[in-house]
Amino acid sequence: MDIKDLVVSKLKEKFPEINFETSEFRDELTVSFDKQNIVDVCRFLKEDPELEFRLCEDVTAIDWAARKNRFTVVYHIFTLKHNFRLRLKVPLIGSEESDWSVDTVTTVWKSANWAEREVYDMYGIKFAGHPDLRRMYMPEDFEYYPLRKDFPLMGIPGSLSLPKK
Amino acid sequence: MEKLTKEQIHPKILETLLADTNITVDDALENEMVLNMGPQHPATHGVLRVLLRLDGETVISSVPELGYLHRGYEKMAENMSYYEFIPHTDRLDYLSPMANNVAWVLAVEKLAGIEAPPRAQYIRMIIAELARIASHLVAIGALAMDVGALTVFLWTLREREKILDVWDILCGARFTNSYTRIGGVANDAQPEALAKIRWFIDQFEENMDECERLLNSNRIFVERLDGIGVISKDDAIDLGMTGPSLRGSGVEFDLRRNTPYLFYKDMDFRVVTYNEGDALARYFVRADETRESVKIIRQALDKLPGGDVLLNQPKKVLPKKTEIYSRMEELIHDFMIVNFGINPPEGEIYSAIEGSKGELGFYFVSKGDGKPWKCKIRSPSFVNLQSLSKLINGHMVSDVVAIIGSIDPIMGEADK
Repeated sequence: MDIKDLVVSKLKEKFPEINFETSEFRDELTVSFDKQNIVDVCRFLKEDPELEFRLCEDVTAIDWAARKNRFTVVYHIFTLKHNFRLRLKVPLIGSEESDWSVDTVTTVWKSANWAEREVYDMYGIKFAGHPDLRRMYMPEDFEYYPLRKDFPLMGIPGSLSLPKK
Repeated sequence: MEKLTKEQIHPKILETLLADTNITVDDALENEMVLNMGPQHPATHGVLRVLLRLDGETVISSVPELGYLHRGYEKMAENMSYYEFIPHTDRLDYLSPMANNVAWVLAVEKLAGIEAPPRAQYIRMIIAELARIASHLVAIGALAMDVGALTVFLWTLREREKILDVWDILCGARFTNSYTRIGGVANDAQPEALAKIRWFIDQFEENMDECERLLNSNRIFVERLDGIGVISKDDAIDLGMTGPSLRGSGVEFDLRRNTPYLFYKDMDFRVVTYNEGDALARYFVRADETRESVKIIRQALDKLPGGDVLLNQPKKVLPKKTEIYSRMEELIHDFMIVNFGINPPEGEIYSAIEGSKGELGFYFVSKGDGKPWKCKIRSPSFVNLQSLSKLINGHMVSDVVAIIGSIDPIMGEADK
């Protein structure tokens, strides 16, 4: 069986109650689903002996600059067993600041730690249960999230405090 | 390195650093203290800052701080066309700019659904391997310098100079090359450049043997790295390490073999792995990989096909200059591409190559415009650095520099 069909069928078999949307572009498989299930799905993908997605390569987010469902969190995971890369996407439903959060997957892959800190730093998305959710690149007292589409390319004058004399 | 008081550390960093005890930093009678290493420190390979909590000379815990070289490249990429960003990729991993150029154009080509002519792909493969050798030479030399052997650094840099000379002939620049183009490379490889590459690989192995003899029989070098910074196979995968750092722990993961791109599937080479997982093993992996790269370059030079080096599809990539000046259609397409970009179809792709530090990937989300809607740079140094705390905790202060040298981070890439 093709690895793409295997992943999709195993996910549907294990989680019949979750609505998985799959899409393919340039031979890459993307699976999107609700954010409530992210940890369970990730743990299953990592620990299932036929799949073994043991390498979490990247966690990032997309700002769609829309009023509703503004952000989508994207995970790239890789299985050394099949040499296959899978993309998981969880849209953050809602338009309030409090909706922009998702459970952390650091409990599944340790490498998600810094990647999630970077997403928090750049987009302001909170990762519930993250052990050390600090800013990654910007100073702690920086008030903005630079990769959001409403942050100007030139920056905001005065937003970075100068060192004390 | 300087001793810090409580007021000098941001409360959130302090909280992480002192996670499991309630010691106070400024009490001189306590036997623990907090030491600040970097961002201006010769052994941190750039602007990496590490806060070390010490008991005597032993590191109890540590917090790496990044962002001193953060230039916001992802934001900039969202505001410029795919062509315009090629020079910026030079500034990511500035020790192997050619490999970054190749990674970028391969990602854009995957998104746009085009493929460069075979000759261009072979040239890309050669320059990517030369970049790997150049980067590993600096890594080995700098690692030796960090632990006190200065001579090797001069010897490896002498070899690297020859590669920079090749790049000088090839594209007119020694450091920031910007040699690749979407759909090919900027210009065909000159016979002088190919001859120089062949001369370089013929004499390289002998010179590499000399450098290695200096190190492998050096008792101080070996003893300072042997058994230092050990990481197991499973931990290395769990922490997302890639590249020589992962292969030093015995995981046979190399994107050239696992997900072949360009013509690597036709090349005969060995994926170097060592099982020890310590700093010495990571050095051995790098040294052996330069030899495998030489093997790949030799095969690629032998198989180098003739033909074009730039795709002839004026609607998708920049047309040739001679055709722009002589034909109306090409002139129009050139104008459109320069002003509005190449407009790849709507969609998202992730494309990665085996860079010299590990997996260098680009993730694009396209809305069909000339600019990427979202561009994420998956830089190997950033992810590899995450393992730093695990590697240095429990070791001496003097081992910290050896461990940083052995995972070979480049801050231009880690900070983006």
